[in-house]
Amino acid sequence: MQYLLLIYNSEAGMAAASKEAAIQMSAAYGAYTEAMKKAGVFVGGERLRFTSTATSVRVAGGKTNVIDGPYADTKEQLGGYYMIDVPDMDAAISWAARCPGAGTGTMEVRPVWPMAEYMTEYTS
Amino acid sequence: MTAIGSDIARAVAEAAARQSYGKLIAYLAARSRDVAGAEDALADAFAAALEQWPRSGVPERPEAWLLAVARRRSVDAVRRRLTREANRDHLKLIAEEMEARMVDEDLPDERLRLMFACAHPAIEASIRAPLILQTILGFDAATIASAFLVSPAAMSQRLVRAKARIHEIGIPFRIPERAELGERLDTVLEAIYAAFAEGWSDPAGTETQRRNLATEGIWLGRLVASLMPDEPEALGLLALMLFAEARRPARRNAAGDYVPLAEQDLALWDGALIDEAEALLRHAATMELIGRYQLEAAVQSAHVARRLTGHTDWVAIRELYDALLSIVGSPVVAINRAVAIAEAEGAVAGLAALYVLGDDKRLNEYQPYWAARAGLLARLGNVSEATEAYDRAIGLERDPAVRRFLQGKRAVLRN
Repeated sequence: MQYLLLIYNSEAGMAAASKEAAIQMSAAYGAYTEAMKKAGVFVGGERLRFTSTATSVRVAGGKTNVIDGPYADTKEQLGGYYMIDVPDMDAAISWAARCPGAGTGTMEVRPVWPMAEYMTEYTS
Repeated sequence: MTAIGSDIARAVAEAAARQSYGKLIAYLAARSRDVAGAEDALADAFAAALEQWPRSGVPERPEAWLLAVARRRSVDAVRRRLTREANRDHLKLIAEEMEARMVDEDLPDERLRLMFACAHPAIEASIRAPLILQTILGFDAATIASAFLVSPAAMSQRLVRAKARIHEIGIPFRIPERAELGERLDTVLEAIYAAFAEGWSDPAGTETQRRNLATEGIWLGRLVASLMPDEPEALGLLALMLFAEARRPARRNAAGDYVPLAEQDLALWDGALIDEAEALLRHAATMELIGRYQLEAAVQSAHVARRLTGHTDWVAIRELYDALLSIVGSPVVAINRAVAIAEAEGAVAGLAALYVLGDDKRLNEYQPYWAARAGLLARLGNVSEATEAYDRAIGLERDPAVRRFLQGKRAVLRN
């Protein structure tokens, strides 16, 4: 099954961190990504720029509204993601727990809904 | 077949349901990861059995018969969802092959795997025990709802959601590996204990549904202990439940009034259950891995030792509660410990241990705290504060018999 691991962390905390801490964190992420690749579970993953760069778009009544800022204003912010392919939820949880971000924020684990399954389960 | 024959067939079908329900659900769901689908298929199979067996006789192996029908039903259900002819033929082949293999194969017991799936940390904690009761024992949502004080509609909805979640997020049906077993086994044991406790705290002792929960909790405890005989805490939990169950007949007098432990008629305790519990506890102790259930069972063991020694060793009980408090830092344990201190060292020391709890908000609605406090204050002759504490305890109690007991204590105080 494919799972999306969403990394939520405090941007304020990240911005306030020392340069050394930031370098150390990056190195930890590098090792983590490498471990995922070696284990054959890595499908994709990227870091996201801060939510100050986010823009929300919504169309209402034929009019496109473009709003400055993220969709949800929360204590911790979505800062990056990994897409992995593992046998089950336990494996997904154990990868999420290894992510360096899990120690400073929250990892959300969401299963991917395969299109074919979605079509039979949800639309029939 | 005569009407009697039909009754027998029905009885056999019901016995098969009782004994095999969880086993069959576990077996079916472990393969499809679809608990709700397995339940639907098995319900159909039981309906077919109740309709056919009274006429054709009960098959030699009822479990295998039910499984074969249930499996055909679930294959039919999948088939209906698929449109392509090629898939249908393929599925039919798989089904036939599976059935052929099934006939002489013994049914592997997958109940433990199913329990671990229901008690998975990704499932909301409060629904784990109800989910285990429903999937392993076949309790309906209404019965579970009444025991857990939730409306049947809400309970039913939450159970459906939890089952869908198992399927959708890919919760595995497996027994966790040693390294991760600790927390997961705790969750399974907790769920079983919650089921037992719901039945045990049955206010009037007369509601059969609730008493059933205690019996079924023990049954699940026996199942886990037999499937995991090397897990001391699984043995500890079973021992704990058996000790409690052994004293059930002594908890009420003939008039239905509550009888506190200290005043119970020892002759009413079930000696066979106590012996079994003691043996389990001794066996668990040889594994040298102490945990909360073993400690709680050891407290029970110290209490029932009164049967042989004629007195209660409160110093030993206090030490067990000290150890328990270091593992489970709950106010409930702290209150029991304070009561033991009062018995071992006097009411002043006991009250001091109670007051340490201060104003933990959870105590505002916890009857045993106020009852213990009232009892100790009464012993020290502090009538006004004791009366006030009894009032709080009486107001919080939901069991009429215990309420009457507390009212009696309060009345004595005034005279």
